[in-house]
Amino acid sequence: MSQAKVPAWVNVALIPLLNILLAFLVSGLVILAIGENPIEAAGYLIYGAFGYDEGIGYTLYYATNLIFTGLAVSVAFKGGLFNIGGEGQAYIGGLGVGLICLSLDHTMPLYVIAPLAVIGAAVFGAAWGYIPAYLQARRGSHIVITTIMFNFIASSLMVYLIVNWLKEDGRMAPNSRTFEENAWLPYLHELFSPLGINIGDSPLNLSFIWALLCCVFVWGLVWHTRWGYQLRTLGTNPTAARYAGIDTAKVTIWAMLISGGLAGFVGLNEIMGVNHNLLLNFTAGYGFAGIAVALMGRNNPIGIILAAILFGALYQGGAELAFELPTITPEIVVVIQGLVILFSGALEHMFKDRIEGFFIRRAVA
Amino acid sequence: MPYAIELRDISKRFGAVQANKDICLQVPAGTIHGIIGENGAGKSTLMSIIYGFYEADTGHIEVDGKRVDIRSSQDAINAGIGMVHQHFMLVENFSVLENVILGAEGGAVLKNGIGAARLELQRLAHEYSLDIDVDAIVEELPVGLQQRVEILKALYRGARILILDEPTGVLTPQEADHLFRILKALKEQGVTVLLITHKLREIMASTDNVSVMRQGEMVAHRETVNTSTEDLAELMVGKKVRLTVHKDDAQPSDVLLSAKNLSQFDSQGVKRLKNVSLELRAGEILGIAGVSGNGQSELLNVLSGITPMDEGEIHFAGQVINAKAPKNAAQMRDLKMAHVPEDRHKMGLVTGFEAYEAAVLGYHNSPVYNGKILMNRKAMLDECNERMAAWDVRPPNPHLKTANFSGGNQQKIVIAREVEQNPEVLLIGQPTRGVDIGAIENIHEQIVKLRDSGKAILLVSVELDEIMALSDRIIVMFDGAVVGELDAKDADERTLGLMMANAFNEEEGVSA
Repeated sequence: MSQAKVPAWVNVALIPLLNILLAFLVSGLVILAIGENPIEAAGYLIYGAFGYDEGIGYTLYYATNLIFTGLAVSVAFKGGLFNIGGEGQAYIGGLGVGLICLSLDHTMPLYVIAPLAVIGAAVFGAAWGYIPAYLQARRGSHIVITTIMFNFIASSLMVYLIVNWLKEDGRMAPNSRTFEENAWLPYLHELFSPLGINIGDSPLNLSFIWALLCCVFVWGLVWHTRWGYQLRTLGTNPTAARYAGIDTAKVTIWAMLISGGLAGFVGLNEIMGVNHNLLLNFTAGYGFAGIAVALMGRNNPIGIILAAILFGALYQGGAELAFELPTITPEIVVVIQGLVILFSGALEHMFKDRIEGFFIRRAVA
Repeated sequence: MPYAIELRDISKRFGAVQANKDICLQVPAGTIHGIIGENGAGKSTLMSIIYGFYEADTGHIEVDGKRVDIRSSQDAINAGIGMVHQHFMLVENFSVLENVILGAEGGAVLKNGIGAARLELQRLAHEYSLDIDVDAIVEELPVGLQQRVEILKALYRGARILILDEPTGVLTPQEADHLFRILKALKEQGVTVLLITHKLREIMASTDNVSVMRQGEMVAHRETVNTSTEDLAELMVGKKVRLTVHKDDAQPSDVLLSAKNLSQFDSQGVKRLKNVSLELRAGEILGIAGVSGNGQSELLNVLSGITPMDEGEIHFAGQVINAKAPKNAAQMRDLKMAHVPEDRHKMGLVTGFEAYEAAVLGYHNSPVYNGKILMNRKAMLDECNERMAAWDVRPPNPHLKTANFSGGNQQKIVIAREVEQNPEVLLIGQPTRGVDIGAIENIHEQIVKLRDSGKAILLVSVELDEIMALSDRIIVMFDGAVVGELDAKDADERTLGLMMANAFNEEEGVSA
């Protein structure tokens, strides 16, 4: 039995591209149906996302959150765990960041606060991932169910904490006081301007660099360490993992700790990077979108960066589109995002087998 | 007279693999026709085409001289073709009757269909002497009877051509004999039987004609009376093969491992392993014979540390291992126990891994493969290259996904991994399952070589030929317990077969 090889670029580039094109084609039909010109709409979307400095900044700012949650989902998934709780873990991670900033911003400089905030985000996010992980590993509850539940618990907990404990006295708005400026992560445009590089004002901040570092970390961890080897063994063949003497419960728990910690970094970007106070619902669905990002990025850090940028572009370009063409409501933008997820995730195999077959036949002939 | 079934130039390709190439086959009505070939020769693909699971790329099928277009299993059933799969397609908690009418219920209300089916089944049972209690629950029936349900199911749907895919894989020799008597009875009633197997003895014992497949092609047709096992084996592999293992007498010395009264319960609290005691000696191969599912897998899992025992103890490498002081699979490996598991896909390999990654499974914590933080890819690759050369793994590409190697080469990867660690004790389950004849010989030689270097080997196999050829001492398991032990020299197929069915005492009136 000989096995012909499909060229790598087919799987990495051609098939995802075809899927996205198809999604845009169907989106075009939707836009046509509501009486707008799809070409014009696509123009606004692409221009909004990539056409000018601020647009790119916003795209990358959204992508930052999606890289964190996409990585979180992928690490758990590599271990065969479907972590639906990225949303809650991100939310609680933000609590960790907020508490560090609120307690230290009067006394400490940024270079002390920032590393502590990173640790706070990771520890709080990981803790929120730990309970479902423990329940699955030692008590046999299904992690999909528990992580979904924990999103709701996180949401209620944050309302309680912010309204009753962290709200600024004498104000009606349910958020904490604004941090002192020494607890703000620097914006990239501020960092670049002394170098004479002008990249336009946007919320893009230092946590984007941290997100890229996390990609390197996940890549090394999953593909090049013993622990990653055990994780991948567990994820692809749990029976083989037991055969190999891998402590599956321990690997499961650690996978969720790392996953939760990565999701928690959304708090860095949102709380410390942009909002500068602790507020409600700052996670805005990034935890769930991370599932799509991981799916589309094939659980591979580079793929996740690309998918996160695509989704970031849809967020930013979509906002621009809804602004320019009032008939296209934000809901239509959500439809477009949904179509991208549908075609690149759920319908991944629609072309895959045929295209692979084509290349195999060509290689044989 | 037209043939019951005739294949004309059937070809089928999966991607780069030509699974069937210009297959022609003529099966006269009312005969038993054997189709043999190694694993991967294309037998199963061909049967799947006849039964409508796949469509042929080219060629066509004729039934009773008329061309038929089979695009689904329903088409096949309508054409009078029935299939008994290797893995039964039965609903275990349904009764025999319910299983038989499944898919042919005869209307929305079950009552009428069941009544009619009961009568029809009685007729069929009488006509073909296939006695069975139609109200029995399938999972409570022995495997041989479950297979009979499958046959009845096909006949109930009006099958005049019956395809059996490796029907004896799960049966005791006695059950297999019974099956062949049934097939003879079917034949006398005019049913045409297609028997797919890789067991030459069965072909010789039961068929009228035999066709041999090799690498997707039909290479020979023979009348069974005019051929021999040696002839067929040669046609199958394309060269002379040795069906016996050459080995000197064993020189057993020290006991390396002893197990005392091992018992294990499954999650339902059923005792799967019952007070098993055994000793493994250096320089000896201990064979465990038994029909699959009689506690052999549990024994391997307990000995290798994969599942903890509930009772009993193991003495190994100066340690006492029991329920209070268990050792897991990694700890057993550290004590120099290697384990080639029965099912390499489920357990022995991670098929999504590249070969060099799968080649360290279980030993991935060894300092050989690790730097301070990262794993040492170069060391893993170098070693994998060396072993692939030494063990003749094809293709010798450490980056190929494990799933893309053939069964024999996958097994070589697993055995090389375990044997090259220079273990004191090797547990090896189904060493040649799904492996072609050429590789079987090689694997058997390696096992004997390891024995001769003074290691202890525990061999579990459902192939009696293999047990008898390799073992120095044989233990027979039935229903989780050891029911007999004998020297390999005194073992013959009949004795072992009776012991495996736990019928030795009753039939022979002597104790085992």
